Amino acid sequence: MADTRPGATARIIRWIDYRLPFVQLLNHELNEYPTPRNLSYWWNYGSLSGIMLVVMIASGVILATQYTPSSDLAFDSVERIMRDVNYGWFVRYVHMNGGSMFFAIVYIHLFRGLYYGSYKTPRELLWILGVIILLLLIATAFMGYVLPWGQMSYWAATVITNLFSAIPLVGPGIVTFLWGGFAVGDPTLHRFYALHYLLPFIIVAVVLLHLVALHRHGSNNPLGIDHKGPQDTIPFHPYYTIKDLFGLTVFLLIYAFFVFYAPNYLGEPDNYIPANPMQTPNHIVPEWYLLPYYAILRSITFPILFISSKLAGVILAFSSILILFFLPWLDTSPVRSARFRPIYKWVFWLLVIDVIALGWVGANPPEGIVVTVGQIATFYYFIHMLILFPLIGKLERPRPLPSSIGAAALGGGARLGGAGAPMAKP
Amino acid sequence: MADVAQPSVTEAHPGETRRDFLLLTAGAIGGVGVAATIWPFVDTLNPARDTLALSTTEVDLAPIQIGQRLTVAWRGQPVFIAHRTPEEIKAAEDVDISQLRDPQKDSDRVLKPEWLIIVGVCTHLGCIPLGQKTGDDRGPYGGWFCPCHGSIYDTSGRIRQGPAPLNLRLPGQAEQASEALYKFTSDSVITIG
Repeated sequence: MADTRPGATARIIRWIDYRLPFVQLLNHELNEYPTPRNLSYWWNYGSLSGIMLVVMIASGVILATQYTPSSDLAFDSVERIMRDVNYGWFVRYVHMNGGSMFFAIVYIHLFRGLYYGSYKTPRELLWILGVIILLLLIATAFMGYVLPWGQMSYWAATVITNLFSAIPLVGPGIVTFLWGGFAVGDPTLHRFYALHYLLPFIIVAVVLLHLVALHRHGSNNPLGIDHKGPQDTIPFHPYYTIKDLFGLTVFLLIYAFFVFYAPNYLGEPDNYIPANPMQTPNHIVPEWYLLPYYAILRSITFPILFISSKLAGVILAFSSILILFFLPWLDTSPVRSARFRPIYKWVFWLLVIDVIALGWVGANPPEGIVVTVGQIATFYYFIHMLILFPLIGKLERPRPLPSSIGAAALGGGARLGGAGAPMAKP
Repeated sequence: MADVAQPSVTEAHPGETRRDFLLLTAGAIGGVGVAATIWPFVDTLNPARDTLALSTTEVDLAPIQIGQRLTVAWRGQPVFIAHRTPEEIKAAEDVDISQLRDPQKDSDRVLKPEWLIIVGVCTHLGCIPLGQKTGDDRGPYGGWFCPCHGSIYDTSGRIRQGPAPLNLRLPGQAEQASEALYKFTSDSVITIG
């Protein structure tokens, strides 16, 4: 670095960095940033979700240039994008399936955090910011789903906004306020469009905070132990840029499969029927990524104490996410990674199965066995969060942790040549 | 007021100076000002005047046969008009209302027993119940059945089973038919709104 006669580029960079340390920041956070040397492919989903956020904003801005947020014209403007606008079908399918891909990635990212205890000290705020991002994503996706103004759009908007009518006393007033009328209609569509455009940029801001919190203590890792020195880390570039890039390529293959070969597989055919406020489709289902919450909502068919079944369902559906805010304190085990937790390692998968079961319940009409399964799965979800997490942490005897990431990764504490120094860049 | 700023008073109560008083009052008035400025922005989201302007819908009941049901749009929502059969009226009147989730006498829900006029929006999450067409599933009480989450209403539009907490509402959110936003302008014509 002690080049006494820097080239023109270097001098420009130096001039900028002296005034705004931008290049310096990028170099520090994306190039030399020390990263645990043992990250598996489960650590790809953070950067993947960041890329999806960019894809969604880019495709969304393009769609916005062709879309009309008016109840009379919205459906037709989407069909015009599909039929008349050059590559409109492509941009719309990228955006539409992108929503599903985004949620799939975010959910894997979330369960990765659950398995490896990424929410534990000192990463509680990192986790909480992640849950805030999830809530914002759900709100954004819901409002985006309303915009094509098909039957499912309209009735999803009706059912979800009506959730707020469960609030005692002020509920009906709030619903009228949300609608800007006496039913979901033109004013509702306009404001949902405005918010659907606004919220992603708020998500960008929270994602930046998420990254600041992440880079404060660095990534967790499959062993769940802190990195203790340079022998435990490697620079982010090129080791993880290339690993992320490879993962991105595999992911894009799957994404492209949906866009080009099954663009409507994850959607509901009813949404190609224009919205009709006078007729409800026989079977209303939300998009797949909201099915578990929907299942919890419907599972409460009986009043709980003095709370009506409707309000109780709404409270529990929201609580299923809000409870994640408290997870860092509900989980009493000091050991992060499930690899060293002989009981939690198995119980974790019960939660995965439980959430998949809730998804299945949400997709089916609430009759017979579906209701029973939904009630059991809802009950288990909260038992898992409120009782199993604190209890297992106390009962379980964790397996001994390795002395360091380097020792475990390189086998029995043996050190390769150049040990003690950060791995040199090729 | 001038006394408050006397050095002796200030020394006796070191936290309470004229400056504290000014800060508090200025802060309070500023806060009220900010809230008053924010309110118009928030209020734009409430229903606009053209939306609020009560639209009225006139319905001629003469062509509706006994047992037939008709849906009309009012304020963007469906209103169910049911020309009830004597059996349906009897079934609605014979119910022991103490067993109901939202107890209400059938006579409080109609102006004329043969004409039931209700807002066709399920009180659970706002779907439109089935039962208006002859082939529809009307549920075990012969009224309406909401396909979204399985709420079942009787021939008076009262909730009998399922997750909905309340009876189907009368036009204008009224408790009594006499206060509802519809009236008979002649024997066979009603005006809603």
